[in-house]
Amino acid sequence: MPKAFTPKVVTANALLEGDVIYLAADDRWVRRLDEAEIITDEAIAQLRLLDAQARASEAVGVYLADMAPTEAGPQPTHFREEFRATGPSNYHHGKQAAG
Amino acid sequence: MYSYTEFDTAFVAERNRQFRQQVERRISGALTEDEFKPLRLMNGLYLQLHAYMLRVAIPYGTLNGAQMDQLALLAEKWDKGYGHFTTRQNIQYNWPELRDVPDMLDALAEVGMHAIQTSGNTIRNVTADHFAGAAADEVADPRPVAELLRQWSTDHPEFQFLPRKFKIAVTGAENDRAVIKAHDIGIQVVEHDGEIGYRVLVGGGLGRTPMIGKELAPFVPQADLLPYVEAVVSVWNLLGRRDNKYKARIKITVHEHGIDEIRERVAARFAETKAAFGGVDLELFEEIEAQFAPPAFRNAPTEAFDAAYEADPVFRAWCDSNLTAHKAGGYAIAQISLKAHGKTPGDATAEQMRVMADLARRFGHDELRITHEQNVVLPHVHKSDLPEIHKILKAHGLATANIGKISDIIACPGMDYCALATARSIPIAQEIATRFDELKIENEIGELKIKISGCINACGHHHVGHIGILGLDRAGVENYQITLGGDATETASLGERTGPGFPAEEVVPAIERIVDAYMQHREGPGESFLQTYRRIGMAPFKTALYGEDAGKRQRAA
Repeated sequence: MPKAFTPKVVTANALLEGDVIYLAADDRWVRRLDEAEIITDEAIAQLRLLDAQARASEAVGVYLADMAPTEAGPQPTHFREEFRATGPSNYHHGKQAAG
Repeated sequence: MYSYTEFDTAFVAERNRQFRQQVERRISGALTEDEFKPLRLMNGLYLQLHAYMLRVAIPYGTLNGAQMDQLALLAEKWDKGYGHFTTRQNIQYNWPELRDVPDMLDALAEVGMHAIQTSGNTIRNVTADHFAGAAADEVADPRPVAELLRQWSTDHPEFQFLPRKFKIAVTGAENDRAVIKAHDIGIQVVEHDGEIGYRVLVGGGLGRTPMIGKELAPFVPQADLLPYVEAVVSVWNLLGRRDNKYKARIKITVHEHGIDEIRERVAARFAETKAAFGGVDLELFEEIEAQFAPPAFRNAPTEAFDAAYEADPVFRAWCDSNLTAHKAGGYAIAQISLKAHGKTPGDATAEQMRVMADLARRFGHDELRITHEQNVVLPHVHKSDLPEIHKILKAHGLATANIGKISDIIACPGMDYCALATARSIPIAQEIATRFDELKIENEIGELKIKISGCINACGHHHVGHIGILGLDRAGVENYQITLGGDATETASLGERTGPGFPAEEVVPAIERIVDAYMQHREGPGESFLQTYRRIGMAPFKTALYGEDAGKRQRAA
């Protein structure tokens, strides 16, 4: 049996601000993880990634990040993505401050 | 202190002008990220986890008040009101926006500073003993050499595309406070029969494959230093492995070819470089050296200091841990700890930077230093001024009396900021410092250096910490390996792993067990943690960490 596909979001850093951004279903870049599109199909994930990578004047370092789908939206499965979605732990800066 | 010549000023201005245009072309879409990335890195601009990060060079860790004020301005105007001092004596800003960076670089240029070669496969910021020019044990001030190397290496056409980055450190004293044995090239100023020269070490480094540097030459005469260093870098530039980035540093080249072969190759190349230099470097060195003349020390009574030392226990504790002997009578070297318990190691707010700048101007001959241990130094203060200095530091959260103690922790930014990190460092440092402050045994423990890195690249120097902590990702969970017995000084050694790592919440209890074992086994308060470890070895610490069986196995081995 092939390994089950882990759902993904498309994420990157914004070119101008440098902060973490996610791709929403309507193709907007959004700042909050709960607004990101969760992709459950591997082929679609690859296509969304290619589309996003083509937007080089908006985003840097585009990649697919593993997520668990929940009612509250995508939830990171790895702590690195959790920190990206929240901000640093030593100051109330980054996403957590933007609320 | 060195001040920019017209040449330096014009060079930095031209680089900033070029970078401003590169940023504009990136934003307009004329440059791709692949094209832009090497250009931004050449100017110290990284893209980290949450934002861009600008790394500003502080050559050999030396600043004047105006420069520190300008660093405060950058923090306030373009960042979030603080800056982070690093183990390469640099400062990093964690939150700049791309469009603002050219303005930040122009602001730096106003005070003779820049971010050139703080990244990339070039010769990086040259570091030096942070007590340079002040320490009582010094043969000569290492900074003129460091400045000469900075000028030589900046934009050196042969060394812009090296196999990997290259780091040089210089010390002027036998007591090594610049970690020269963990550098690609380590230079020690020495004196033989009244003549000043340099002992040159090569092939040290931390990171993935930690190595202690080996002696390449016991004595290089002053007149030969620059062509000799050029010969070393040149030999490695050709010989160094470009096929594998993990084997590209000079430590691997030295390891693979052997120090004797490297020495022969350097000697052959030196014959060429020496002829090519033709002495122009010596004229330059003399000009530079003149700018590092010691300040006019004053001769004044120190009764005020003695009285305060007797009367005020808080001041006394601070003096006992934060002062070092100065070469001039009546003077002291004062360290300002950026390790307040529970705070981020190496961080200073804009307000704190201005306070330190002001103290330097009023009491310290306008000089400040940044240490690789992420603290700040007032290198020349008269003892009679210390009570007043301490009062001002205390009012701004800068009077922590913990230099060299268990809470004076080196920590890299780790996964709170760094895109390369595998785990966080800062919260571990905060928790250890907070815990030992609660226990009130810091002074009893004495000298104990904890160094924490959030990945194997070892920016937090964990291999040379008396206790080293390395944060890793073990199956999606932060996990911390502990090493013991590392040493960053002239008696350098690499720490040895205790055994299996610990999850984040078990790191503080593990450190407590290690410290308890030390306190039990030491021969008295005069025997430091490192001395005890060297005397009794790993076994008692293994027992303390993992139980009796583990300790026994270690003793049997």
